[in-house]
Amino acid sequence: MTAEEWGIILLSLKVSGVAVLATMPLAFGLAWLLARGRFPGKLLLDALVHLPLVLPPVVTGWLLLIAFGNNGPMGRWLTDWFGVSLMFRWTGAALAAAVMALPLMVRAMRLSIEAVDRRLEGAARTLGASPARVFLSITLPLATPGLLAGAVLGFARSIGEFGATITFVSNIPGETRTIPLAIYGALQIPGNETVVTRLAIIAVLLSLGALLASELLARRAGYGKGGHVL
Amino acid sequence: MSFEIAVERQLGDAHVALTLSSAAGLTALFGPSGAGKSSVLNMVAGLLRPDRGRIIVAGETLFDSAARIDLLPDRRRAGYVFQDGRLFPHRRVRDNLLYGWRLAAPDHRWMTLDEAVDFLGIAHLLARWPRTLSGGEAQRVAIGRALLSGPRFLLMDEPLASLDMARRDDIMQVIERVRDELALPILYVSHDRAEVDRLASTIVTLAPDSIG
Repeated sequence: MTAEEWGIILLSLKVSGVAVLATMPLAFGLAWLLARGRFPGKLLLDALVHLPLVLPPVVTGWLLLIAFGNNGPMGRWLTDWFGVSLMFRWTGAALAAAVMALPLMVRAMRLSIEAVDRRLEGAARTLGASPARVFLSITLPLATPGLLAGAVLGFARSIGEFGATITFVSNIPGETRTIPLAIYGALQIPGNETVVTRLAIIAVLLSLGALLASELLARRAGYGKGGHVL
Repeated sequence: MSFEIAVERQLGDAHVALTLSSAAGLTALFGPSGAGKSSVLNMVAGLLRPDRGRIIVAGETLFDSAARIDLLPDRRRAGYVFQDGRLFPHRRVRDNLLYGWRLAAPDHRWMTLDEAVDFLGIAHLLARWPRTLSGGEAQRVAIGRALLSGPRFLLMDEPLASLDMARRDDIMQVIERVRDELALPILYVSHDRAEVDRLASTIVTLAPDSIG
C-alpha cells in the first residue's frame, strides 16, 4: 500500500473517531430523553433524530452547507467566535459523519437504557442511594455495553459516509478525502483498479469488524436482556 | 406502635386503600394477588406516592399528605426484601451486600458484614455473581443486603414465593430469627395463609378494591 493510501485510511479513522467521540454526549442525552423522558413533542424529536437515516444524504449535505457554510448562520457564528471554518476541512467531514451516525447511535443507546430493569433502581433507592448515585452505580454500568455498541455502530457508519460529506466539504486530498471518497475519485479514472480494490477491502474489513464488535457488545448489554444491532 | 398506616391510592381502575396499626413483631398483609399488597409496601418504602394518607413507622412519620411530609426513599431507612431478590447483576454477592452498608451513616449501621454473613450462613457465596445463585441463596443475600443498610424496619414482599418447599422452610427460619433475635418491625406481604399464620403477630387482610 502506498503512503497516500495509508493517509486516506488514517484520515478516515480520524474523521470517524472524532465524529463518534464528539457525538457521544449528545447521542446519550437524546437516547436518555427518548427512553425515559415524558414531554410534549417527543415523537417529533424522535422523528428529527432519525431524519438523516431516511433523508437523501445529498440533502443532509446541502442543509449542512446552508447552516455551516461561510455565509450560513452557524458557520458565521463559528467564524466570529472561534475563528473556525468547517468548509473544506476534515472537521466538516467529521460533522457530516456525526450527523449521519447520530440516528444509529441514539437507537442503540436508547435500547440499552430501556433494557435496564428500573426495579433495580428502586431497590438501590431503598438502600440509601440518591438518584445521581443510582444513575452512576446501577443504570450507567448496566447500560454501558449497549452504549459502547452504539458508539462502534456509529463509527462503522461514519467510515462509510459519502453523500453528505462530498456535498458539504467536497473531495479534497488529505483533508476530506476519506476512503469512500477516494474510491469514488479513483473510479473516475481508468486503470485504478488495484487502488480501488485495496481501499474497498479495507472498507469491508473495518465495517465488518465494527459490526461484529457492536453486536458482541450489545449481547452483553442488560445481561441477557439486551437488544440486537444485527 | 410499629406501623401506623392509612393510605389511599388510585392505580388505573384499582383503588388501593388500607388502614392498619400494629404492635411490635411481624405484621402480615394477607390477600390474593391483585389486591394491592405490593403497592402498599412501595408506598411505605417511598417508591410509590399515596394520593393521601399517613405512614408512621416506629414513631417516625415517613409520609403525611396533610402535613406535606414525604421522605425520600433513601431517607426512610427501609430494608426492602423483594420477591425476586432483585440483586444487582453487575456486582458480586459481597458488593451487593455492602451496597447499602457503604451508603448508610456510620451511626445508622448496626450490623457488620461478618455478622450478617454468619447470621445468614452465606460466607461461601461472597465471591459469586448473582446469576449463579439458587433462589434460596439469592433470597438470603437479599435479606443480608437489606439488614446491612442499617434499616429501622423491614419490608418483605412474598420472599418465599419463588422458592421450592425445602427452601421455603429454610428462609422462613431465617425470617423468624430476624423477627425474634433482631426485633425489627417487619411488614410482610403474602397470599399464603399457612405462611402468614406461622410468621405473623398481626394479620391484616387486604381484598381487591377493598376500602380500608
